[in-house]
Amino acid sequence: MMLQVTGVSKRFGGLQALTDVSFELAEGKIMGLIGPNGAGKTTLFNVVNGVFEPEEGKVIFRGEDITGLPSYEVARRGMARAHQVVRPLHELTVRENVMVGACYGREGLSLSAAAVRADEALSQVGLIERGHMLAGSLNVAQKKRLEMARALAARPYLILLDEVLAGLNPSEIDAILDTIRGIRGQGITILMIEHVMQAVMNVSDRVLVLDYGVLIAEGLPQEVVDNPQVIEAYLGDPEMTARLLGE
Amino acid sequence: MRTWKLPGFWIPLALVFAWGLIILIMGQDTARETAFTLMMFVAMASSLNILLGYTGYVSFGHIVFFGLGGYFGFFLLSQHDWNLFLAAIAGGALSAVLAGLLGMAVLRLRGAYFALATIGINEAARAFVSNFEPFGGATGLFVNFAAYERYGGAGKALWLTFILLWVATLAVVLVSFLVKHSRFGLGLMAIREDEDAAMVMGVKAPRAKTITFTISAFFPGVIGTLYFFKNGNVEPGDAFQLHMSIESLVMVMLGGQGLVLGPMVGAVTYQGLRGYLLTSPIFKDLHLAVAGVFLLLIILFVPAGAVGWVRGRFPRVRRFLE
Repeated sequence: MMLQVTGVSKRFGGLQALTDVSFELAEGKIMGLIGPNGAGKTTLFNVVNGVFEPEEGKVIFRGEDITGLPSYEVARRGMARAHQVVRPLHELTVRENVMVGACYGREGLSLSAAAVRADEALSQVGLIERGHMLAGSLNVAQKKRLEMARALAARPYLILLDEVLAGLNPSEIDAILDTIRGIRGQGITILMIEHVMQAVMNVSDRVLVLDYGVLIAEGLPQEVVDNPQVIEAYLGDPEMTARLLGE
Repeated sequence: MRTWKLPGFWIPLALVFAWGLIILIMGQDTARETAFTLMMFVAMASSLNILLGYTGYVSFGHIVFFGLGGYFGFFLLSQHDWNLFLAAIAGGALSAVLAGLLGMAVLRLRGAYFALATIGINEAARAFVSNFEPFGGATGLFVNFAAYERYGGAGKALWLTFILLWVATLAVVLVSFLVKHSRFGLGLMAIREDEDAAMVMGVKAPRAKTITFTISAFFPGVIGTLYFFKNGNVEPGDAFQLHMSIESLVMVMLGGQGLVLGPMVGAVTYQGLRGYLLTSPIFKDLHLAVAGVFLLLIILFVPAGAVGWVRGRFPRVRRFLE
């Protein structure tokens, strides 16, 4: 088992962000994580990769209990992440950004090996021509690709993708979906938060649904969309419900 | 990364080397004194840049390491007859150890909170030394004139001090460059740009920052020992001047933070300007105010500093200006 989350709860003051969340993710699979805005999806990512420590519960990564380990320790064990709000290192070049991932990721490469790895990762996400540019000068779609390249360069076992499709146009979405399938083809397990339903349904092997910090459904994509509880969760958001029902 | 093949690696080293050599060949006491002050600031600004420029942590406490390290080195050579070279190394080592310990505590703070904590450290160190009897309390320590005899008289001792400062300055520049072009340095720059994102990518930020703080604090301790030996005495008021910390910051920002050449250019420019201001009848009491205005203007309009601005404007010269 790649990742086992058992009974995880996280509070921020009076706000219960996650309540008793448990799920398992098998090696080599793509798991989609959906839910209305504010459901706690990004918080769950933060707990899984060590940015926050949960008040209760355990996170087991490849058989090792990583609950409470700082994020850099988790990264070195082979879990990489692409952020929802892109966080490029502005004053470094695109290539240097990706080299950070390679130098400090699972394999901890030397600078020269990291430079080679960075070029591979940049080719994979289609950014290789922009390697010498400052990361701050990329547009949104390119920054999302940069986030993915940084994560890939670490050669992780598991990659967390947080809304890498948000804000992209349909042709950009198709291109990134191809990249995501390519990542799985390399044997990397993926856990992805996504709002673009068609994309989640297309690429996910299984889907998790969070609502107000509670896991309300888990299963195959089609099972989940037909689940009345899930439909109800989305009713607060009419547009999303229509989209969900339409598909 | 063949750092030694980059022209930007050799230029700062060659400049400092040639500078010291010219002073040695000239053999004039006044030229040496001027160069001593200037070179001291080059080394102070360059060592501050290792922390400020690479990790983005603004420290007002750099002068603490100059003061405490210098005090300790001076104590060893004046009270315990240590040799100047060893005393300077010991002064640096003390500063480095203190920085390591302090760093573990204050480097958890970020941004303005870190900067404020470092101001507090400066005041605490001054108060401590003023009341610490082995260091002479408020009156400080003096070196026995006989101590100069072992170096062949006061004249030769001053030349030796200059040579050691010259070597220390070369060492700071070399270390700045090596850190910048290492895997470790890449991690530091990731911290500077976005510490949380850097940690998610696997950079052990707390450890990396503490190591950097330690490296950055070693050199002021060495320089402080040399400076106080040259002066022949040390007292709390001389050792912990907050304005020297601020001036070091101005130098780094003026020349360009995060660049090896930046603090060198900044230190020389600022000292030149200060020399003019201190002797001008209008500005002589206002030189710190002018420094403050300068800092403000740089941060607002040329955040990259002079060398950074040239690099941004003329990409072709980048490999010469590291």
